[in-house]
Amino acid sequence: MSVRLRLDKPWRPLTPEEAARLPGQLGVYQIADAVGAILYIGQAGGRSPFGLRSELAREAEERGPGRQFRVEVNMQYRSRWFELLMVHKADHGELPPDNAKNPPPLGRLSPA
Amino acid sequence: MDFEPSEEQQLLIDQVRRFVREEIIPLEAKLDPDAAELDPADHARLVEKTKAMGLFGIDIPKQYGGPDIDIVTRVLLAIEMAQHRAGLYVPCYGTFGGAGLAQIFEANEDQKERYLYPTLRGEKKAFFGLTEPSGGSDPARAIQTRAERKDNGWVLNGAKIFISNADRAQYGIVFARTDASKGRAGITCFIIDSDTPGFHVRRVVHTLRSSHYATELEFKDCWVSDHQVLGEVNKGFAVANDRLTRQRIPYAAGCIGVAIAAHEMAIEWAKMRSTFGEKLANRQAVQWMLVDNEIDIRTARHFTLEAAEKARRGLPFKIEASIAKLTASEGGGRVVDRSMQIHGGMGMTKDLPLERWYREMRIRRVGEGPSEVQRMVIAREILGSNLR
Repeated sequence: MSVRLRLDKPWRPLTPEEAARLPGQLGVYQIADAVGAILYIGQAGGRSPFGLRSELAREAEERGPGRQFRVEVNMQYRSRWFELLMVHKADHGELPPDNAKNPPPLGRLSPA
Repeated sequence: MDFEPSEEQQLLIDQVRRFVREEIIPLEAKLDPDAAELDPADHARLVEKTKAMGLFGIDIPKQYGGPDIDIVTRVLLAIEMAQHRAGLYVPCYGTFGGAGLAQIFEANEDQKERYLYPTLRGEKKAFFGLTEPSGGSDPARAIQTRAERKDNGWVLNGAKIFISNADRAQYGIVFARTDASKGRAGITCFIIDSDTPGFHVRRVVHTLRSSHYATELEFKDCWVSDHQVLGEVNKGFAVANDRLTRQRIPYAAGCIGVAIAAHEMAIEWAKMRSTFGEKLANRQAVQWMLVDNEIDIRTARHFTLEAAEKARRGLPFKIEASIAKLTASEGGGRVVDRSMQIHGGMGMTKDLPLERWYREMRIRRVGEGPSEVQRMVIAREILGSNLR
C-alpha cells in the first residue's frame, strides 16, 4: 500500500483565468512564489461557495501576479490540510510563511 | 429498573441542553462543517461557563477534584452533549474538560506526579496505543510490537495504527508483547513520552471522519526505563480490556445523542415539507420511518442506561456494555440513515449535519470493538466461555 504524503503535481500560474478552470469541488491547495517556494497551504471546505475554484479565484485576486498553485480534490480536506501542514513543518522546520501568521492547532509528524 | 431521570438529574440535563442549544450550535453555524475545534477565545469563554455550572472536569473522580457525577447521570449528560454537528467525536468541543486516560489513574505515585496530575491540570495530553496493522479486534493475539529487556529497561520495536491524538499528545499508553510464548498473558503496558528517541508519528490516517483524524506510529529501538511500565509486566492486557469494556457505555451514549438530534430534525422536516400536495408527516412511509427511529432510540437508551446502572451498583456489566454499544451504534446508524432519506436531497448536503453524522456514525460500528466482537462477547456469556 503506497501512501502519498506530499503534493507533487506541477505548478500552475495563479491567475483568475486558471482558477476559473478548476472544479467546484472540495480539497486542498498550495500557493508558491515564482521559484516554487511554498507560501501557503489552504483548504476549500464545505462553506466555500464553489470549492477550489472560488478559493483560488480569491487567492489570485488578493495575491496578484507572480504566484503559482497546485490543488488536490479531496473530500477529507480537513485531515489532509492538517497532514500537509505537518509534513511541511517536518520537511522545512517551520510552517509556510502565510500559515505561520495564524497557525492552527497542529501536532507533529516524522514521516519516513 | 426505572430509567426516568430524577429531579436532580433532570436539572442537569436541562442545563446541558441549554448550553448546547444556546452556546454551541450558534457557533457551529460559522465553522467549517467538518471542524473539530472552536476559536480559542470562544473555547476559553465556554470553559468558564462549564466551570460556573460546576460541570468542568466531568469525568474526573471526586477524590481528584472532579464534580462527582455518577455513571448513570454521566450517560444522561453525554446524550445531551452529543446533540450538535461535531457532537459524536467532539462533544461540546471539549469545553467540559477531560480526565485523560482511565488507566493512568491506576499508575503508581511517581507516574501520577509525572502524568496524571499534569493531565488533570490540562498541561498534558495522552494517546492510547493498542491497535496494530495486524489487527485491532483481537489485540491479545494481534499485538506484534515487541518490548525486549535492555539496560534496566525495555526496547520497543513495532507499529500502531488508528491512534487518535498521538501527534498532539505529550505521552501515550502503549501495549507491547514482552513474552511471545504467553499470548494475552505476555503483554505489558508502557507509558511513552512523545519525545522519546525512536518514537515516530509517521502519518495521518484519512478516514470517513475528516475532522478528527487518526495516526500511524512506529517504534524503532525506542528505549524506556522500568519506571515507564504501567502496572505489572505481562499484565497489560487486563489494563486494556477493562478500559475497552468501560468505554463502551459512554460510546453508546454519544450515538444515542446524535440519533436523537437527527430524529428531531426529521420530525420537524416531515411536518413542514409538502410533496404532491401533502405533508411528508401524513405519508405512511415517512411515519413508519419515524416510528422505527423512535424504537431504535428507545431501545438503545434503555440498554445503555441498564449497563450504566449495573456499573454504578458495582455489578458485572460486560454483557450489558456490549449490548449497549451494539444497539446504539447500529440503531443510531439506522436513525441517521432514515433521517437523511426523509430530508431527500438536502439530507446529503454539507448544509445540514446529517451527512457528517452519517460518515462518523458508520465508524461507530467498528470503533471500540466492532459489532461482530460485541456479538461474540454476548454469545460467550450466554453459551459459556468454553465454546468457540
